[in-house]
Amino acid sequence: MSMLALDVEKRLGDFALAARFETAGGVTALFGASGAGKTTLVNMIAGLIAPDRGRIRLDDTVLFDSAARIDVAAHRRRIGYVFQEGRLFPHLSVAANLDYGRRMCGLARDGAETERILDLLDIGHLLDRRPGKLSGGERQRVAFGRALLMRPRLLLLDEPLASLDAPRKREILPYLEKLRDEVPMVYVSHHAPELKRIATSVVLLDAGRVAATGGIEVLDAAATELMG
Amino acid sequence: MLELSPDEWVAVHLSLRIALVATAVALPFGLALAWLLARKQFWGKALLDGLVHMPLVLPPVVTGYLLLISFGRRGPIGAFLADHFGIVFSFRWTGAALSCGVMGFPLLVRPIRLAIEAIDRKLEDAAATLGADRFWVFLTVTLPLAMPGVIAGMVLCFAKALGEFGATITFVSNIPGETQTISAAIYAFTQIPGGDAAAGRLVLVAIAISLAALIVAEWLARRAGTRFHGE
Repeated sequence: MSMLALDVEKRLGDFALAARFETAGGVTALFGASGAGKTTLVNMIAGLIAPDRGRIRLDDTVLFDSAARIDVAAHRRRIGYVFQEGRLFPHLSVAANLDYGRRMCGLARDGAETERILDLLDIGHLLDRRPGKLSGGERQRVAFGRALLMRPRLLLLDEPLASLDAPRKREILPYLEKLRDEVPMVYVSHHAPELKRIATSVVLLDAGRVAATGGIEVLDAAATELMG
Repeated sequence: MLELSPDEWVAVHLSLRIALVATAVALPFGLALAWLLARKQFWGKALLDGLVHMPLVLPPVVTGYLLLISFGRRGPIGAFLADHFGIVFSFRWTGAALSCGVMGFPLLVRPIRLAIEAIDRKLEDAAATLGADRFWVFLTVTLPLAMPGVIAGMVLCFAKALGEFGATITFVSNIPGETQTISAAIYAFTQIPGGDAAAGRLVLVAIAISLAALIVAEWLARRAGTRFHGE
């Protein structure tokens, strides 16, 4: 059985989204030009936007089903989300940001696991700082850590490197490659080279529709066409 | 000359108690209403918003009179509360606190509402994806980030409550030791021959309390503000 299966429709003003795809796990790239509906789609998976119609299933849990009137609230989905701008809580220290998901999900403290994630992302030395004092790269690494430490069933990444300059991107990519084995991911980007390094399968979105699915070879065909 | 008489002390003490109780009791209602007005769309929202602001624009005597006919001993709400809960407002200091709270309410709600509206909702979304339900999102993200607005609202409400005169004197009269606040006492002293000295002393006290409240509020707001940026 597929890990994530999604068949949704949503109308937002003039924009109509009608997408259907399934993924087997690993890192699924959601690829497409700006305005193709990528962020809308991951927001639906996270439970931040409700589709007009359709179904979303993660493993054996139905997260959304308009026919059966099922709509699991975002805070009950246990889906980690790394946003483009990090969205760290500015009033909390890095340590409190990292611990937030564990506290809200009511999980037991796991010192060894926390230690491991801190090492993996190399953020142990930032714990006492405020998010306002972090560099862009540090901020995104803390955002990865915060999402991972809630032990999510799926990790959504929405253009996690888009706000960073080229050297910062190169700094973060190795960490992302290490995360690949931690948890299944849906990775949104309009930047093909970045996706090629970490994606295991690709869903190509074009104007609210799935234009192609497959392995990373989809990126080559699409990149020449999309990015010119 | 600057020594307060026991009666004047009673008025000062009563004023502080009434203003503090009014602000503290109004706060939870103010927070809930500010959140509702800032974050929700519902039928009758403009009407509710207008009602909250009414005490600001109505003559205070009108607000006091409306309180008298609804919360007085024979008013529908007043009679209900007295019969079922033993809470009596008319001619009691609790009534003064009620009228002060009502008069200060719009000043409490407005800064909190503006502060909540200024918070990036995306942070609240992020909290939801991390497992926080609506209540915890409010408690751990919205409220701390709106804290400078909450403090500003509380200070304005406290200041208004401290200086309230028209609605209070209409609703619960001017009874020394029970409903006679600093403002009412100053008014009373100016009406009797030789009362100038006592009125002057209370004026100085009123200035001192107001100034102290503003300085404390400024300090608190600054501290809440820097916490987001400092180490």
